[in-house]
Amino acid sequence: MDWLKILIDAGRAAVGVPAAAYALSAMGLNLQFGYTGLLNFGHVASMMVGAYGMAITVDRGGSLWLGVVVGIILALILGLLLGIPTLRLRADYLAIVTIAAGEILRLIVRSSWAEPLTKGILGIQSFADEFHDLNPIPVGLYGLGRFRFDERTVWVMMLGWGLVTVVALFMWKLTRSPWGRTIRAIREDEDAALSLGKNVFGYKLQSLMVGGAIGALAGMFLAIDQQNVTPDTYIPLLTFYAFTVVILGGPGTLLGPITGSMIFWFLFKLLDGFMTDAILNGWFFGWFEATDIGPIRFALFGMGLMWLMIFRPQGLFGSHEEMLIDGQ
Amino acid sequence: MPNYARRTLHTRLRSVFLAAIAFLAVIAMPLVAFAENETIGGTLEKIDADDREAVAGVTITVEQAGAVVGTAESDQNGDWEIPVPGAGEYVVRLNVDSLPDGVALTDPERFELPAVSVRADQNKTARFNLGPGLVSGVSTWNRVGSLFVIGLKLGAIIALSSVGLSLVFGVTGLVNFAHGDLVTLGAVSAYLFSSSSIGPGWHILIAAIPAILLVAGFGGLQEAALWRPLRRRSTGLVALIVVSIGLSFVIRYGILVAFSGLPRPYRNYAIQNDMHILGITTVPKNLAIIGFTVTVLALIGLFLTRTKLGTAMRAVADNADLAESSGIDVSRVILVTWVVGAGLAGLGGVMFGISEQVQWDMGAKLLLLIFAAVILGGLGTAFGAMLGGFVVGVAIEMSTLVIPVEFKTAVALGILVVMLLVRPQGLLGTKERIG
Amino acid sequence: MASNPGILDNVAREPGVAKPDPILAIEGVRRSFGGLQAVSVERLEIQRGTITSLIGPNGAGKTTLFNLLTGFDHPQEGHWHLNGGALVGVPSFRVARLGMVRTFQLTKSLARLTVLENMLVAAKDQVGESFWGGLFGRWRQIEAANEARAMTSLQRFGLDHMADEYAGSLSGGQRKLLEMARALMVEPEVIMLDEPMAGVNPVLTESLLGHISALRDEGKTVVFIEHDMDVVQEISDWVVVMSQGGVIAEGPPAHIAANHDVIDAYLGLHHGEKP
Repeated sequence: MDWLKILIDAGRAAVGVPAAAYALSAMGLNLQFGYTGLLNFGHVASMMVGAYGMAITVDRGGSLWLGVVVGIILALILGLLLGIPTLRLRADYLAIVTIAAGEILRLIVRSSWAEPLTKGILGIQSFADEFHDLNPIPVGLYGLGRFRFDERTVWVMMLGWGLVTVVALFMWKLTRSPWGRTIRAIREDEDAALSLGKNVFGYKLQSLMVGGAIGALAGMFLAIDQQNVTPDTYIPLLTFYAFTVVILGGPGTLLGPITGSMIFWFLFKLLDGFMTDAILNGWFFGWFEATDIGPIRFALFGMGLMWLMIFRPQGLFGSHEEMLIDGQ
Repeated sequence: MPNYARRTLHTRLRSVFLAAIAFLAVIAMPLVAFAENETIGGTLEKIDADDREAVAGVTITVEQAGAVVGTAESDQNGDWEIPVPGAGEYVVRLNVDSLPDGVALTDPERFELPAVSVRADQNKTARFNLGPGLVSGVSTWNRVGSLFVIGLKLGAIIALSSVGLSLVFGVTGLVNFAHGDLVTLGAVSAYLFSSSSIGPGWHILIAAIPAILLVAGFGGLQEAALWRPLRRRSTGLVALIVVSIGLSFVIRYGILVAFSGLPRPYRNYAIQNDMHILGITTVPKNLAIIGFTVTVLALIGLFLTRTKLGTAMRAVADNADLAESSGIDVSRVILVTWVVGAGLAGLGGVMFGISEQVQWDMGAKLLLLIFAAVILGGLGTAFGAMLGGFVVGVAIEMSTLVIPVEFKTAVALGILVVMLLVRPQGLLGTKERIG
Repeated sequence: MASNPGILDNVAREPGVAKPDPILAIEGVRRSFGGLQAVSVERLEIQRGTITSLIGPNGAGKTTLFNLLTGFDHPQEGHWHLNGGALVGVPSFRVARLGMVRTFQLTKSLARLTVLENMLVAAKDQVGESFWGGLFGRWRQIEAANEARAMTSLQRFGLDHMADEYAGSLSGGQRKLLEMARALMVEPEVIMLDEPMAGVNPVLTESLLGHISALRDEGKTVVFIEHDMDVVQEISDWVVVMSQGGVIAEGPPAHIAANHDVIDAYLGLHHGEKP
């Protein structure tokens, strides 16, 4: 077992493109779940709508930048459509409808009916040339030893962490304003907020829409990196990755999604590297084969999510005080 | 709450995790091998009663993780083969548009095999069942009637699977997102006892009994070891729902490791000849499933209305505090609700397995339909779930008369959203519990 | 005692009687759950600038009436007016903005907000409270003014030393105080308190009573639900007795204490419990 290699790979993942993408996606979810208390189980739909909105716009001859605008607008509309029937009801109704809507949307995108627009199951490729052509970084490898990235990855990482910074500043401004205080009040007790004259439904709708727009940014960023959108990328699992990231970092905290995402991807790759080596070396007495790594990882992921939610609902570094209050 | 009490709860919850890991480890024992030269291939034949006829010119695509691995067209003998890069799971899809006239999938939904698992050095066979299309020579009545029967059958499976979710919600307020995976667990357990090479090989109807008991027991265990301690800690609704999502991943992917991604039929009733009754074409097992389910649901209805335990369950669902103060042992009622609800979900899984095939994510896919059913009928009401199940099942299947087959599950979402807008408490629910 | 003392002196002591200057007028409000009639109030007027207590046995429909009047529940029929404006179908948050704020029987402190944040969130007409206002508006000045007002109020309720603590860490009694102080941040004309004294220790009860009287003296109208007859006797200007959803008697505290219907419906039970 090559521990050094596994550790370095995990370290690369912690600062890499997926970590940036999930930090972004989780910031959107954090606004909804962490600050407002909304159980949006269809966050992946915002990512998909953003990515497809952009890809289709470019595919139809628009510019990448127009595509970004289209993606964000579509995510806002999605939030509106999902919010109206559900946000007046208990938290679980939103969860049910959003998870269903995410799956149905994916079915529609991959259907032959939508194929002229979405290219069906094969999806759309090479729509982000505009961005990659702008890369000013000379060809080469940057970093130390195994911990190295090529110029394309560095360019994408710059975009990703740049976006993370911008969105974090936006979130900082927003959540420290009276608006942010009101959505936290709604998270704590809707009826209390209503009795104080706050339009709870309106706030929830805004939070759902804005969080969705940030999710769309994450989806677009991932799509720009991969130069590829296919419907089957956008499975509910991605939503729950984002949930795990939010809870790891501490829901309702500004930097939680960022640290959460880095920890998440570090652990993810660590586990992956360990399992692969362990199975190759026969550590599990031949019970598992290489194809089992994926499923085992997801099962462990499920356990991790349960453990976090039960024992560390305020995040790995959550304050003890807050945790006690939560238990009351 | 004193500190030591809290610590014992922690310890108990921890032991659940350990048990879950052990569960995963024990039931997962496939073999390991490494080599190269893997392919996926097959032969496309149209089977019409006893006639077999090769189908040429049909496009098949293999994908992995959303990326296309290869594409092929069936040749004069109906044969096709696609090399794949290595062992792993692939999605194999048949392009329905490329089928010649008069040929159709016997099950229009199975144009895609979502998890074909290829071992090292294996020439894997992927099978699509083709038959004569329904397009010509079938009367409208037959088409409508057959779809109605299929809808009732699907509705029966949804209804069985929904009652538990709805009752558990009623007595505890929890929407259990892992409920669909109990359905899968039922189907897979029955496979173990009936059709697996390591099982005793019983007839499916016999094998169903231990399978249902197993799922019922697992439901009770879940309540005793996980949900009850969490309720005692007064964990919030939102946290509980997220925990149930985590649990669903554990069960679902545990099953995937143990059962593999391959859809497999039971030994019995897998293939049946069509029968014609009242001008409708269907298979006998559909009618059997409908009849059997209606009987079971009627018995459950009697249990809920005529027995002491059943009325206690409904009383707790209506108002737990009031029930408690009138001397009902609420904890015990909740435990029984979990056992009964999980057992019914397990039975739903066996029915689903008989009707289609057994697959690791069949319950998760059914979950959306279950949600639609319970919300249509009214969350928390057992009779609402039953009614909702049949309505959703029939609506989904009949919808294919007017909309493309690939969209039929969207009908469930449509029902969900419309109900929430118009009457969020559902057909049989009361308004008080939704706000 | 009242801010305009003696205004209720000439009002008849009968259910549904008209008041000289009602701030709140209720007519034919009915709400049933299933077959059970929870509230059925023919007529009820609340005099401006007084303390009105709402008493009655458990299940008399007091809290349900509060819920209906403040838009947290909806009646099958009936209408009611605040300052002459109809409130039927008005959502709860708008009722609060119109000047009628309620508290809850089970205190709803916003646990993971600090005590000061609890106060600030309640302030009316904040520029920074809207999405765009929060992002780009100049809300700091209003915020500072609200903060000053909140601190004054917290001081009055003896909570100023807790301003930066999480509300979740307060004791039950302190939460009651916070909830009342928070409701006042909305600057209501009518404040409706649902059992403000329940679970509060005797010392705190005295100070709560002082706060309630002070509100009336500032010209606010107070309606509160209470079980303790001593408390009711002490500070109310007018008492309304509910039983089985309807108003069975109303009048000044002394009159109610002597009313046989009331004793039968309610007080008798309580007196029986006392040693």
